[in-house]
Amino acid sequence: MKILVCISNVPDTTTKIKFTNNNTAFDKADVQWIINPWDELALTRAMDIKDASGGAIESVVVINVGLTEDEPTIRKALAIGADKGIRINAAPKDSYFVAAQLAEVIKKENFEIILCGIESSDFNNSSVGGMLSEFLDVPSVSSVSFLNIENGKVNVKREIDGGFENISTQLPFVGIVQKGIAKEPRIPSMRGIMSARTKPLQVFEPVQVDALVEYANYELPQSKSACKKIEPDNVKELVNLLHNEAKLI
Amino acid sequence: MSVLVFTENWDGKFKKLSFELVSYANEIAKKLNTSTTALSIGKVEDDELKKLGTYGAVKIISVENDKLKGLVNQAYTSIISQVVAKENATVVVFANNYMGKAVAPRLSVKLKAGLASGVSALPSSLEPFTIKKKVYSSKAFANIVVKTPVKILTLFQNAFGITESPANATIEKFSPELKDSDLKTEILEVSKHTGKLLLTDAEIVVSGGRGMRGPENWGPIEELASLLGAATACSRPVSDEGWRTHEEHTGQTGKIIAPNLYIACGISGAIQHLAGVSSSKCIVAINKDPDAPIFEAADYGIIGDALKVLPELIIAVKELKASA
Repeated sequence: MKILVCISNVPDTTTKIKFTNNNTAFDKADVQWIINPWDELALTRAMDIKDASGGAIESVVVINVGLTEDEPTIRKALAIGADKGIRINAAPKDSYFVAAQLAEVIKKENFEIILCGIESSDFNNSSVGGMLSEFLDVPSVSSVSFLNIENGKVNVKREIDGGFENISTQLPFVGIVQKGIAKEPRIPSMRGIMSARTKPLQVFEPVQVDALVEYANYELPQSKSACKKIEPDNVKELVNLLHNEAKLI
Repeated sequence: MSVLVFTENWDGKFKKLSFELVSYANEIAKKLNTSTTALSIGKVEDDELKKLGTYGAVKIISVENDKLKGLVNQAYTSIISQVVAKENATVVVFANNYMGKAVAPRLSVKLKAGLASGVSALPSSLEPFTIKKKVYSSKAFANIVVKTPVKILTLFQNAFGITESPANATIEKFSPELKDSDLKTEILEVSKHTGKLLLTDAEIVVSGGRGMRGPENWGPIEELASLLGAATACSRPVSDEGWRTHEEHTGQTGKIIAPNLYIACGISGAIQHLAGVSSSKCIVAINKDPDAPIFEAADYGIIGDALKVLPELIIAVKELKASA
């Protein structure tokens, strides 16, 4: 059985966001790039499942749609423990484009379990996993917070608003994972970092796909007015402000 | 032509977000000079279905199917795509929550319809169809042009509000075709927290961080939330430590919420936390560190120990309630 984890290359969370070209493009200068946090949790769970499988999971593969500048992020995933990396050589246009590219490559290989993070921290679209499953015409389970394999059967727990569902699914399937799937992301060991250099990283050329949406331009939010401070021995004043000024309680 | 809105119910009663979605869809329908159709999946009585008319839906399509015990992504996508075709819908509106995130992307591919997810406002232009959404974990906005004839939107909860626009709605029962291939996932068990206000539905949220110093100190958070009719939440270290369940975690990798009032108690305001709560209309911060970043995001702040301030706050809210 093989597990595929789709990973996205995103700016580190603490990055100060700036735009160039008359606010039509993200300014990449001085940006630290990381594995999308939800994808990293997916990869961590995939590695945990493989380690506990006694050889039943033969490999964990990571796949990314991006240019050569994404390769350090793929190598980090290999250092965490993935067995092989795949890069589809294209700059992402929109979620539909990315999912279509992933689907083309996945159709050529047999993956029983495909994992995606529930969203990426750059465009926050929460779309690629669901779109990919529709392209592949396989079941998807979204907002997955627990995933295990026992006797070849996949047990999935998904969060719903105000509760959860336990689900059984046929394979292959796309699991769209979120917080809870793994507690902390794995940190690459020195041995992992060394071996990552020699692990295979396969590059596919993209297929022609038109994006369905276009990012016309970007805006930064207006700066907020200063916080109104209330003395800790005058809590009544806070309640008064929330009641009479903000009219919220 | 119509604007179709996918509503959600909770044990047969519509969630508050459904009324917001219909209100929002109806504003778009007015701009497009068309009407709003609401789709309900699951067992909902006619009296409850009629409530959607209060917010502008002129047609309510109700689908009940015994095969659907819960959210089966493929089946829901199939049903909605059949309704889109039947109603000739040009805009389809979902909530940007678990349900919307599960189904809208699949529908986008099935219909080859552009998806703008996590939008927070009405379209700024209809031709080209341009709409604003938050990107980079709420640190910026993008203006997106949806280029396809059918547009799919997922709306951030509490971003638009609820507007009454009474319409004499008609109810239509619809039986979509479902194939076995649409039902490859089986819901084995559904567990719902009963009697608890949903965090994503709440207009007020009281949240605790590491400054609360332990799960045994959560009593005042619960009490204040109860007094205000609020939901409770927590920061990531709190859920990671197991003081509270991860369902309560608000932040970048937790829940992203936008209540009217967010009260952060003993939360320093790491950038990952602010990514999940910065859309709140008003933020109150209680923290003993005057340099905590939460004060940069807050509207009102108290520099003090949350464990000492909260009991005083509870007394003050009780006095306000008593005098009202």
